Amino acid sequence: MTIRSVLIANRGEIAVRIIRAAKALGIRTVQVHSAADADMLAVKLADEAINIGAPAPKKSYLNIDAIIAAARAAGVDAVHPGYGFLSENGDFADAVVAAGMIFIGPSGEAIRLLGDKVAAREIAKRAAVPTVPGSDGRVADIAAAEAIAERIGFPVMIKAAAGGGGRGIRIVQSLAELREQFPLASAEAAAAFGDGGLYMEKVITRARHIEVQIFGDGRNFVHCFERECSLQRRRQKVWEEAQAFLLPDDIRQRLCASAVALATEVGYRGAGTVEYLYDEDSRQFYFIEVNTRIQVEHPITEMITGIDLVQEMFKVAGGAPLSLSQSDIRTRGHAIECRINAEDPARGFTPAPGTVTRLSVPEGEGIRFDTLLYAGYTVPPFYDSLLGKLIVWAEDRNTCLDRLASALSNLTIEGLPTTIPLHLALARDPSVRKGAFHTRFLESWLETDFAAVDGVSAEVA
Amino acid sequence: MSRLEIRSPLPGTFYRASSPDTPPFKADGDAVAGGDTIGLIEVMKTFQQIPAGLDGKNITFLVDNEEPVMAGQIIAEVDP
Repeated sequence: MTIRSVLIANRGEIAVRIIRAAKALGIRTVQVHSAADADMLAVKLADEAINIGAPAPKKSYLNIDAIIAAARAAGVDAVHPGYGFLSENGDFADAVVAAGMIFIGPSGEAIRLLGDKVAAREIAKRAAVPTVPGSDGRVADIAAAEAIAERIGFPVMIKAAAGGGGRGIRIVQSLAELREQFPLASAEAAAAFGDGGLYMEKVITRARHIEVQIFGDGRNFVHCFERECSLQRRRQKVWEEAQAFLLPDDIRQRLCASAVALATEVGYRGAGTVEYLYDEDSRQFYFIEVNTRIQVEHPITEMITGIDLVQEMFKVAGGAPLSLSQSDIRTRGHAIECRINAEDPARGFTPAPGTVTRLSVPEGEGIRFDTLLYAGYTVPPFYDSLLGKLIVWAEDRNTCLDRLASALSNLTIEGLPTTIPLHLALARDPSVRKGAFHTRFLESWLETDFAAVDGVSAEVA
Repeated sequence: MSRLEIRSPLPGTFYRASSPDTPPFKADGDAVAGGDTIGLIEVMKTFQQIPAGLDGKNITFLVDNEEPVMAGQIIAEVDP
């Protein structure tokens, strides 16, 4: 069935992005919103808007009953979950289908399977995708944990089986620390995720975070190449690139093929991302997890492949076969995305909601700004701090960095602090230009190099 | 005798306890000292402690747990 109307079960910039894709396909859009979001851009752009509850996410964007009721009332064909909130909640996907509508994403069963870190690791092994040395599934008790640590060596990461998004992770350096932290991690996982199950992995100390965009229609499976997401602060991505710079071609081919093998193993349907750690020294890559949804950083893939991933999600969810075969998917040039957050980089990245008094967005070849902002908009304090994503494309990476620095200089958001100064400093940084980064690069760089260029923040603010 | 007001320095979501499983920082009727934490404000997924900022007795909360607050809104009152 071709989708003719959709309810967007999300907010912020991704809701805007989904509405734009739907409009391009002639699909009627219904936007849900919390009481704090009545003025958001997605509400203004949608054909219809429905208030689903109080500002707290669990009373609105995480309230399955309220969203299903809104979808029924609006009589939509489909629900798009975006990212975050209920996007990786298998029960939500099932509830949408049970209500007679299409969930734009994989089945609830696939979401649950791939969302369980232990089950996903087993699927990866079946598909011959390399995994980080660690426990085979959940660790039964502290004695088993000690035996695993002695086999794989310290440092060791303890992870919540039901965790994700960088949460529920502890790193231990010794047996003594393991004995101390293991019960705490289990109690914390039980409290945070309702599941105290833990698994263990060796820490790859100097790794790059590289991920592969996959797409499936349940029968055909393709990759849209990889993204480099190593620049992170507190395990949250800050800056992403496509393709991964200085990744040897043979490695790239094996990496992308392994992601397709994993998608094939589960008969994947929709857009997804397979995340890996890549150890440059040993030239080994290791599977971390699958995200069964559209990713924040999907635009850089769109910029280098020319594919509209969100439109493709609508088509495949409506029952169409994939519009592309692997040989059709080619890359051109280089793209970088900067996540512009409402945080003050000069004050320890303190989040700062507020009202946008002036907004000026750069335009030109290869420049895209996906945002929730408009002049006069008041950013509410109840949700994450992402204001928008500046995405810049050019024929090669050096040109892309130059164009990015210029675009950042011409992006003006007044009325609240933003992370634009951080990105400007990164765009001009010699180590970033050389591509000499890994997942712990940014935090040490912030302490040394960024402190030294603090004048940049004064200049831009 | 007029009561003293404790206002929220930030907009966000107010929490009376550090987690759902722990008792509130302050129960109604408690005495507070300036440095005592009376609650947390969640701003864009980060949590900040809210100090009483003044000494007082017999605290009364005007904002419920997990309710949205605006910057400058009165969270609680105490007797001097």
